[in-house]
Amino acid sequence: MKKRFDPRKNYEETKKAIGYVSRKEATQKDYDRIGFKSGLEVHQQLLTRKKLFCNCPAGIFNKSEDYDAELIRHMRPTLSELGEYDGTALMEFKTRKEIIYRVKNETTCTYEVDDTPPFPLNREALDIAIEISLLSKLNIVGEVHITRKQYLDGSIPTGFQRTAIIGVEGEIALRHKKIRLIQLSLEEDSCREISDIGHVRIFKTDRLGMPLIETVTYPECVNPDEVMEACNCIRFLNRSTGKVRTGMGAGREDVNVSCRGGARVEIKGVAHTRWIPELTHKEAFRQWALLALRDKLLKKIADPGQWNISYEYLRHHALTFTCNAINDAKKNGNQLLAVNLPHFKGILSHFTQEEKIFADELSDRLKVIACLEKPNMTHSEELSPMVCEDDLKKVATILNAGEDDAQIIVWGPEQDMKTALETIEERCRMAFEGVPNETRKSFEDGTTIFERVLPGADRMYPDTDSAPIPLEDEHIKALGRNLPEEVAERYRTMQQWGIPEDTFIYILRKNLFPLIRRIVTELEINPKFAGTFLGHTLKFVEGHYTPSATFNEKIIYALFAFLKKKGLDIAIAKKMLPLLYEYPKMEFESVLTTLKFKHVPEKEIVSRIGTLKEIYEKTGRKNQPESAVNWIMGELRPIAVGNMSLKRLREEVEKQVGVAKS
Amino acid sequence: MSDDFFQGYKGDALETLKKYNVRVWGQADIHTTRGAFSGTILPRSENDDDQHIVMKIPTGYNVGIDIKTITDMVETGYKKAHYKIPEKEFPYTEHLPSVKLFGTGGTIASRLDYRTGAVIPAFSPGELYGAVPELADICNLTTEKVFAVFSENMGPKQYVSLAKAIGREIENGVDGIVIGHGTDTLHHTGAALTFMVQNPPVPIVLVGSQRSSDRPSSDAALNLMHATYAAGHSDIAEVMVCMFGPTSDEYGLLHKGTRVRKMHSSYRSTFRTIGDTPVAMVSRKGITHIKKEYNHRRKDRNVTIKPYFSDKVTMIYYYPAMKPDIIDSLVDAGYKGIIIVGTGLGHVNKELYPAIERAHQKGVHMFMTLQTIWGYVHMFVYDTGRDMMAKGIIPAGNMLPEVAFIKLGWVLGQTDDPEEVKQMMLTPVNDEITEREPYNGYLVYQGGVPGVEEFVKNVRK
Repeated sequence: MKKRFDPRKNYEETKKAIGYVSRKEATQKDYDRIGFKSGLEVHQQLLTRKKLFCNCPAGIFNKSEDYDAELIRHMRPTLSELGEYDGTALMEFKTRKEIIYRVKNETTCTYEVDDTPPFPLNREALDIAIEISLLSKLNIVGEVHITRKQYLDGSIPTGFQRTAIIGVEGEIALRHKKIRLIQLSLEEDSCREISDIGHVRIFKTDRLGMPLIETVTYPECVNPDEVMEACNCIRFLNRSTGKVRTGMGAGREDVNVSCRGGARVEIKGVAHTRWIPELTHKEAFRQWALLALRDKLLKKIADPGQWNISYEYLRHHALTFTCNAINDAKKNGNQLLAVNLPHFKGILSHFTQEEKIFADELSDRLKVIACLEKPNMTHSEELSPMVCEDDLKKVATILNAGEDDAQIIVWGPEQDMKTALETIEERCRMAFEGVPNETRKSFEDGTTIFERVLPGADRMYPDTDSAPIPLEDEHIKALGRNLPEEVAERYRTMQQWGIPEDTFIYILRKNLFPLIRRIVTELEINPKFAGTFLGHTLKFVEGHYTPSATFNEKIIYALFAFLKKKGLDIAIAKKMLPLLYEYPKMEFESVLTTLKFKHVPEKEIVSRIGTLKEIYEKTGRKNQPESAVNWIMGELRPIAVGNMSLKRLREEVEKQVGVAKS
Repeated sequence: MSDDFFQGYKGDALETLKKYNVRVWGQADIHTTRGAFSGTILPRSENDDDQHIVMKIPTGYNVGIDIKTITDMVETGYKKAHYKIPEKEFPYTEHLPSVKLFGTGGTIASRLDYRTGAVIPAFSPGELYGAVPELADICNLTTEKVFAVFSENMGPKQYVSLAKAIGREIENGVDGIVIGHGTDTLHHTGAALTFMVQNPPVPIVLVGSQRSSDRPSSDAALNLMHATYAAGHSDIAEVMVCMFGPTSDEYGLLHKGTRVRKMHSSYRSTFRTIGDTPVAMVSRKGITHIKKEYNHRRKDRNVTIKPYFSDKVTMIYYYPAMKPDIIDSLVDAGYKGIIIVGTGLGHVNKELYPAIERAHQKGVHMFMTLQTIWGYVHMFVYDTGRDMMAKGIIPAGNMLPEVAFIKLGWVLGQTDDPEEVKQMMLTPVNDEITEREPYNGYLVYQGGVPGVEEFVKNVRK
């Protein structure tokens, strides 16, 4: 008897064969082995009052159900300036999506919905983009040209994004190396997607048109941690200007990854920087797996040109599937199509990502290109089978399949089946080539799914509605005079100040450095205390309390100024912060009252040490001086905080108790 | 042909390119005081300054380089771009109607021009098919470029040659005619063709686009599909304008050539029928009639072409305190017909009366239309109106100002006899004056009003 093919076993074996290791186990050696290479496109919204090409307010958002009007558009591919149709454009055209925009009058005018040509570019945004370009050591262009970059997914109603290069060829400094930058562009942000089901995709237009910059690096990161470091570096640089937006969605990253022999794959819209290492790790290995899969295929199939799929429509009554998804499809009047893939046995269940196999690549594309909602297919090598072996055998017989073949059953509306078939065949043929260029959507667990064919440079053409904007040397020089110091410089300063390094990420992310510097230079407060206060205390409070009104850093400066003026010890700031954070409008005096703070002169506190020492000795506890000091400190701390430095108090107690200074 | 190498460059920028021997479409490395740049040199728009060189960098973006910052420049390669829509021969399908598409220029047939950086009318209608293959499911299309001018440059000469071309095609047995046209003066042409091509046996559909066909969100493709459908399949044998109904990609409206007007500078749904309802709605699925009365399609070929036009016609838009010398100077310049666009029910100030009298005595034909766009001229309501009629101004009913202008030009191209002119002007060829304005002939809703907001939200207009 022939041994049954075990997809799970095949998955495990192929995973092992390519030498997959989890990120925890992976070393630089592993990344060198597969030729890990990665670069970034970091998007950052700018803090401007208005949008980039119209006078709508920027930064006002509405809920998906809260809108004033809806309109419908379809996108068609056009030729680019250099005369080619773009690959993505053709794919999006194939999907024939109906795009619906939900418009809120407050944030959207006729410009966003492409019924009015653009107004002149927002100069406030341009200046911020130039400042950040200068900080990124980019070569600033002589003239800004607004370019149209095609997006046929509907995320922009015009079908293109107006975007302009501000600088090219720059660099950022990581701890141990430099990463070169390709360019920085100023562009309009896109719509936010509400849903994408079947042939209907719904967007809202509140974010559309907000000024955004995109910093693009060369693919020079050689391991996942380096990618994250580079990303942080760019984000902190952007934030160091204090002129960019923060909060959900204000900064987003696309990550380009490849392995040796692989292809550039762009992981789109990574929502959190901390996802980057896992995503890039898995993507590099997915490509490595696809290359192994290709070699396996080429061994089995000498001439891929001769390789062809065959298919049969399954009449619904002929087979009695026990699978819910198929039964639902039947109920909805969908077509059932069986496809035979010659010599693909062991390929469909080939490892690609953790708990994902090659067949998922097909299913993902069917969703996006043929608009078939998942589950849209099953096949002969499912890790958790959807249909019984008997049915699969019947299907194989209908298809007249060979022993080494694999079978797919796909279902969907009749009008989409042609595209579905083309999609399956196209992706399978790509398997003979290796890794397809594509953009992928990211998930928190580090896995990705197909999103679009990767667009090329062919989708750019000049914006005939906008005149070029010359950038004079004078203007650039003027902007260059007011730049913040480099992030690396801030890093060094904080080190010199003795601020603990574990606070740096938080401080730079929140751009709190300028605040620390002001507190240190203007109020002459100990930098280590100020840094720790923001990097530890504020971070903790932020995570544990909810403010009743907007809390901003100005309050912290004012707090220290208040303490200084009152001659209070700064240590009490740590006690005051939670209250202040919760009630940002509360006066400092009221905070002190609420904390039951009493003003006691230092002299009086010190004078109590003698009495306390006697009491301690009478209780006859451990007769060690350290214990006495700790006990007395414990007694005095509540009244001392704010009234005097605890360090000074301890010194005083030690002196009176008689502890030898070590 | 040295000019060809430096397309659009002039002055200092041209000298710089020549100095370093770098051509347009050449790949170049440029060293500047702001750092290095490399990419392909692009043609420069003629109206831009001579201080910058445009290049496309490898990522596909365009940037300008300030020539003052250039320290060195080297051409490292050369590749000229070809901008071409895949041109396919239009497939013939049995049983589909034959439709003729006339190209006149304008946005429906346009592409980018490097000289001006603007959109120019240059796609051949054949290329248009390459971009809109769906047309093959609608009709058997043949195309002819009659001329290529911007919409604003259309005039009597073009109306006449179009009318003649239409006459020829009808005789040749075509089932419908589509005219691709810029949108700015689409309604002028619509009126002109209504008067010049009388009693047509097939639909004559004018179409344009508000977003050029070089952009993915263009309305050109859908408009073209709607227009060819209306021309090939509809029963309405009239001169019509076919453009978007709502701004959404949903359906087009068929407007009578004499009652349509462009009402927004950039909206897709800019064309509206004024003082009446459109003739019909059109989508790829079919025609939905709105008006019950229309001229039906016929098998005969009995069309009357009246290709006449006098350019001695003008139009004045009245404003408060207008001086009589405006009218005097027009009369002195030899104008034979004046369309006055008056205020309210059709008024001008008393100060103009002597000039109006003088014009009338000199045999100038004057007709009154309205700035309000909607409604009828009513010169009997006030004394001033009766005064003016006595001085020779003839009220033109609810004829739209632009239509009245075109009609007067057409009439004066045929006769100068005052009675005949008056009679022809006031006898409608196809509803340029209607006897009644239906209640829903004037619908201009006010945004912000709750009921209207509700409508806008739910009906996707």
